[in-house]
Amino acid sequence: MAASVTNLTPNETRPEARRLTGAQLIWETLVKEGVRVVFGYPGGAIMPAYDALPQYPIRHILVRHEQGAAHMADGYARASGRVGVAVATSGPGATNLVTGIANAMMDSIPIVCITGQVASTLIGSDAFQETDITGITLPITKHNFLVSRAEDIAPTLRQAFYIASSGRPGPVLVDITKDAQNAAIDYVDDGAPVRLPGYRPERSPVPEELERAIELIRKAKRPIVFCGHGVVKANATPLLLEFVHKTGIPVAQTLLGLGGFPATHPSSLGMMGMHGEAWVNTAIQEADLIIALGMRFDDRVTGNLKTYAPNAKKIHVELDPAEINKNVKVDLPLLGDVREILRLLLPHVEKLDIAEWLAHIEELKGDSAVRDIQVLPDNGRLFAAHVIHDLWRYTEGKALVVTDVGQHQMWEAQYYKHDHPRKLVTSGGLGTMGFALPAAMGARLACPDDEIWVVAGDGGFQMTACELATCAQENIKVNIAIINNGYLGMVRQWQEFFYGGRYVATPIKSPDFVKLAEAHGLSGIRVTRREEVREAVERARANAETTIIDFRVEQEDAVYPMVPAGADLNAMIRRPLPEGVKHNPIYETGED
Amino acid sequence: MPSPQHPILRTFVAYVEDRPGVLNRIASLFRRRGYNIVSLNVGRTHEAGISRMTFRVEADEDTARRIEANLYKLVNVLSVEDITDKPSVSRDLALIKVSVGPDKRAEVLQLCEVFRARAVDVGPRDLIVEITGTQDKIDGLVAILEPFGIAEMVQTGTVAMTRGPKGQAATTMHQPPALRGVDAA
Ligand SMILES: Cc1ncc(C[n+]2csc(CCOP(=O)(O)OP(=O)(O)O)c2C)c(N)n1
Ligand SMILES: [Mg+2]
Repeated sequence: MAASVTNLTPNETRPEARRLTGAQLIWETLVKEGVRVVFGYPGGAIMPAYDALPQYPIRHILVRHEQGAAHMADGYARASGRVGVAVATSGPGATNLVTGIANAMMDSIPIVCITGQVASTLIGSDAFQETDITGITLPITKHNFLVSRAEDIAPTLRQAFYIASSGRPGPVLVDITKDAQNAAIDYVDDGAPVRLPGYRPERSPVPEELERAIELIRKAKRPIVFCGHGVVKANATPLLLEFVHKTGIPVAQTLLGLGGFPATHPSSLGMMGMHGEAWVNTAIQEADLIIALGMRFDDRVTGNLKTYAPNAKKIHVELDPAEINKNVKVDLPLLGDVREILRLLLPHVEKLDIAEWLAHIEELKGDSAVRDIQVLPDNGRLFAAHVIHDLWRYTEGKALVVTDVGQHQMWEAQYYKHDHPRKLVTSGGLGTMGFALPAAMGARLACPDDEIWVVAGDGGFQMTACELATCAQENIKVNIAIINNGYLGMVRQWQEFFYGGRYVATPIKSPDFVKLAEAHGLSGIRVTRREEVREAVERARANAETTIIDFRVEQEDAVYPMVPAGADLNAMIRRPLPEGVKHNPIYETGED
Repeated sequence: MPSPQHPILRTFVAYVEDRPGVLNRIASLFRRRGYNIVSLNVGRTHEAGISRMTFRVEADEDTARRIEANLYKLVNVLSVEDITDKPSVSRDLALIKVSVGPDKRAEVLQLCEVFRARAVDVGPRDLIVEITGTQDKIDGLVAILEPFGIAEMVQTGTVAMTRGPKGQAATTMHQPPALRGVDAA
């Protein structure tokens, strides 16, 4: 009975088989996954794929180093919430991706890296440019695949996108042999759902746990909400706002949570941790309830674990069970998507009677000198804090800022107030110098309407400055603020505080960044005095091309406050005050 | 009673997809997170494409739960269960080559009898003894045979199975461990 063999009704027909090469199938699948741009660099083992690329509506950005491709995919993903894609050849191309993959892994960023591999017949023979990239990236990917048959390319790539973007996101690498790219098969797109029997990314809290959370919240006298990266990734900001409006609980942010709750909201306390606000860290130590949303109690956030938040019950809202009780023992884990859990909690929470607590935090603020913009000598010279503050002012707080790693990153976090999610892109977990420029370029392609600013140090910028050529070739416009202090500043600061002021290998000489920009056909501006900041920012914004501003800032400034690594969270090093100046409350009015 | 914070030897059973590299992923996870594997055994099951692992680790209760949770994050891992506190049967297998000639052979075989071990190969100057059982039992036999001269020995990792009518089908155990807070009522 032939008719019963298929489930097709008479009008339906099977999708027709088409003869496609593995190379075509790569792009075919990417197009179906919604990919419009990839960042990559060609080479022998990926040449069949590149040869087929012009047949598909995908823009290719030719990077100058594959690390840049991975960071661009990462920046693209962070800014948009979509999966970013990087492409590289085998061997050195693939190994150059490694830092970018590790960076995406540490911050749970969904990227898919596609690498060419030598022909399957040569694998294991130490063939030219053969490298075991699935072995190398095993501990730094959420998952990876080696594909050696054309038939497996489309299903594997679909799995890769699904794994990268679902649950706790992360990087996935797909290594595809050259013969698989070259082989032609009869391909039928059956649209079958991805089948991964061992992969179950969803989690949901048990009703009793929710009840207990509601109980703990109701009883709290000194509660704080922690807004982590998970809030941003789950697009949970509107629900968090609702939660805060209902309960009145104040919110502290992690570095990657900045923007997840508006910085200028009256209930926003600011950043916690090593370079967090003094009053936030003090409040955490005094709190009786912490509601941690999508964060992992990193050591940069907790300081000494033994003395961390000793009085607080801790509710940990988290998607990944492996994070529960990893660093901090929590009283109540709520497993699941942050947005979903907020949605479940919302109907059951109400205004808390915490006026005393809020008043106390106000007092702590008043005693704090972290907002030391005012006490910096106004000697006409440039302080990084002033530069960031002015940048915030002149861009009306609306820019998408991508930072590198170092002192400037912390000043950005302290002084650029992010009121919207996905408007700060920064390397948190891995702390990867060289991240900013390529990540900003990825963000540019994800968000063509945003004003994009790179905030980088003179050291880190040089690690991936080669991508300026990519900006020029691909007409990618970003604004670049180099906080040029002549030092690997963050390391210098540690040397100043903890290594007797011995500045070993931290003074760094840089090229003339203005000329460097010009050499690429881009623009450069030098700023040495505070009164020049505004005009420079405005010129950079107005320029059609990528523009570097070389801010020559005070060389030996330090980021305050600082909790020394491993110290108690409220044992902060504070900026020494000039004679006669008392710790005074700083209310930023835009006039500072 | 060992306290939950005290590391004890724990036994886990996991079902994994039978694919190249899966063992490597698991080993890499243990290495990276610093979990100390005491023994590990992998083999096929009656279900095509599915392997079963038994592994033993020194871990306190919290670490044990995180081991489970981390294993669940591996895409090729179908299910994991900590069977330490469940009624179960666990066995090791050892082959021991004893250097004995005809004069002492009978004596050795008699001792083996006591341990329910058996000779699986006999040569003019040696014999190979096979024993299955718990680690204790194997250790006991080794101690007894030592004076006769052990030429070589090999041992598998522990394999384990819980008692009771219900099998642990790879496809029915889906959920990662129930996680509890420190003071959960
Ligand atoms: C790839 C990499 N290498 C080394 C470090 C260690 N490190 C952290 S911050 C820093 C100094 C950064 O200097 P710069 O880029 O000039 O920024 P600044 O701190 O001066 O603002 C260094 C070397 C790192 N984070 N990443
Ligand atoms: Mg510097």
